[in-house]
Amino acid sequence: MSGNDVWVLGGGVICGIGNNVPECIAAFRQMKPGMTTMQYLTSTHRDSFPVVEVKADNATLAAKAGLPAHISRTALLSAVAVKEAWERAKLGNIREYRVGLVSANTVGGMDKTEHFFAEYLQDNQSGRLRDVVNHECGSITELVADMLGIRHHVSTISTACSSSANAIMYGARLLKNNLVDVVIAGGTDALTRFTLNGFNTLMILDQKACRPFDDTRTGLNLGEGAGYIVMVSDAIAQKMDIQPWCKLTGYANANDAYHQTASSPDGIGNYLAMQQAMEMAGITTEDMSYINLHGTGTLNNDLSEGTAIQRLFGNAVPPASSTKSFTGHTLGASGGIEAVFAALAVKEGYLYPNAQFSHQMKELNFSPVTTFSEGNVINNVMSNSFGFGGNCSSLVFSKEIS
Amino acid sequence: MNIYINGTGCVSPLETAIEGRLPSARPLYDNIRLKSAEPDYKQWIDIKMIRRMSRVIKMGVAAAQLSLQEAGISKPEGIITGTAYGCLDDTGVFLTKMINQNEEMLTPTAFIQSTHNTVAGQIALLLECHAYNSTFVHKGFSFEHALIDSIMQLREGKISNILAGAMDELTNHSFNILSRFNLFKHAHAGEGAACFVLSTEKGPNAIAKLKGVSVLYKPESFQEVAADIVGFLAAHNCSQEDVDLVITGRNGDPAGDAWYEHVENKLFSELPVAQFKHLCGEYPTANAFGTWMASRIIASQEVTPAVLFKGNAPTSIKKVLLYNHHDASHHSMILLSIC
Repeated sequence: MSGNDVWVLGGGVICGIGNNVPECIAAFRQMKPGMTTMQYLTSTHRDSFPVVEVKADNATLAAKAGLPAHISRTALLSAVAVKEAWERAKLGNIREYRVGLVSANTVGGMDKTEHFFAEYLQDNQSGRLRDVVNHECGSITELVADMLGIRHHVSTISTACSSSANAIMYGARLLKNNLVDVVIAGGTDALTRFTLNGFNTLMILDQKACRPFDDTRTGLNLGEGAGYIVMVSDAIAQKMDIQPWCKLTGYANANDAYHQTASSPDGIGNYLAMQQAMEMAGITTEDMSYINLHGTGTLNNDLSEGTAIQRLFGNAVPPASSTKSFTGHTLGASGGIEAVFAALAVKEGYLYPNAQFSHQMKELNFSPVTTFSEGNVINNVMSNSFGFGGNCSSLVFSKEIS
Repeated sequence: MNIYINGTGCVSPLETAIEGRLPSARPLYDNIRLKSAEPDYKQWIDIKMIRRMSRVIKMGVAAAQLSLQEAGISKPEGIITGTAYGCLDDTGVFLTKMINQNEEMLTPTAFIQSTHNTVAGQIALLLECHAYNSTFVHKGFSFEHALIDSIMQLREGKISNILAGAMDELTNHSFNILSRFNLFKHAHAGEGAACFVLSTEKGPNAIAKLKGVSVLYKPESFQEVAADIVGFLAAHNCSQEDVDLVITGRNGDPAGDAWYEHVENKLFSELPVAQFKHLCGEYPTANAFGTWMASRIIASQEVTPAVLFKGNAPTSIKKVLLYNHHDASHHSMILLSIC
């Protein structure tokens, strides 16, 4: 163990293919993507766009989360996944550690604000304040932190679709600087009409199940959920009898600086993020066992990401897939959910399938993995998250080689 | 490792963006709602883009550019912003149209510019800066976490400078809604943007040293805050006696100001105290303005009557402690010193 290692002890996920990690893995194993017609979100576009909702109403989630049912779904999803992550990390009483919660999101309490705003626009003294009091992204994190008794460092990052990956990076830095003993990092986002309509104006929503890295892809499906990993520093790991999933060995954040919402044709931000994360991990392209792609299914993202991957890996691109073909694009949560999948791939030797793939992209020399497998030798996994604002982040999870 | 503030930029209800310094006299605000005095953005931004950008984006870009100009650098090695509310105006525009038009015939501009990382993204775009870029959105800690992340990265040694700042805008909707929570019974409602170029190397126009930043979430008592401040100073090899000036985030609300009074009386009873929220108003990232003011005070070695709350203005200002809280839940300490 080197002094600067960060260990991943566990993770938790709730998303449209499962309410916990084993359910998600079962969905991959059984090739069951989660796209359906909306059941919980109310929108004019109900019949136009499939979504990947968490299959539970707010009352059910609240009971699981241990929070009141009237608060934002973003917080309810977060609480469920944070609790699972903490349980899987097997650290016992959370109050015995200096714990940091770094939770990303992009919508905050928008699901409730939308409701408030409809009444408020009629009369600016109407609308229940209870529905807008947790509008801020930071409020969502604090609802969960307060419930669990986390006080040492509570933070929220919002960099669009790369939010969670940046939360994990910041969490790793908090550990390396000894500001906390344990970090729970990841993110959450609930489906809202605001985001659905926003992505619709960009004309990047697919009316069918999304087809990441497929030549016929036309857009993404929005999903919702939350995902977190629990990390400790090497100094803490030395003191405990732990059985870590893997290490977080590399991370990097770069900006594409090309357009507010679109990626550059050559994916310069994507390239820099991947290249610098691998450099930090101290590995070469040959050492990479699997890439969990950002792979939204939009024409623009997959081409930029694929181009950047080809530039970095040449003709030897490792197995790669987009789990968004199952979960949809969960925006601020995606980096957290996919970090759990990536860390688990290292632990269990999983390769995740890319659903709905049938046509090779003309511009690329590689195609995604299409079947689930386990028992593979997985030493290093890269998880990509790219977003609006040019924000590009990559994480590298590695097996401890003794 | 020393961390220098090599440049600052501030857009606030005062003419800070134009004059770059504090006023000598206390301003007379006749309205509870303060609005930023905006500089001429054409010096930094294309006029077509200015029309599309909301105020928080323009204020953030201006504060960033002012700080970079003073530091004498064109491309920082990292950009970190903090914003509690994000791009409220564009959020309000998109939300209003979505509801009034029943989700039909919407256009993308407001949505595109509504994400919280828009300001940091636009700064990167304008500077063609591919470096690290992040945005903290944690209420009254948004600015402080941007500083903490910056300090950690500078200490890692891979980069030697970084642009850090915070910005929040007040809109008609946010003012209406926040007023309904009785937030502006005593305090002015404020807004603004302040940015800092932090570096491990002292620049030609270095203003102050950033010695340390610490946050305290939901302390249970005045005593806990006081103990935390003592520990914070000790961690930075500074005693209470070493501090020349204390700046607190008083906003006129008696319950909130009681926290400051306790710290002033228990820890720094002999020291002069300055304040800043009567200038910039109350908002979750107001401490960025406070930090700007503290750094300018160190650079000018002058505490004007406009900001002095109690005691006599010190003649020599080597160390300044800034203690602020937002809503009594988010407390922070920032220690600055002379270069």
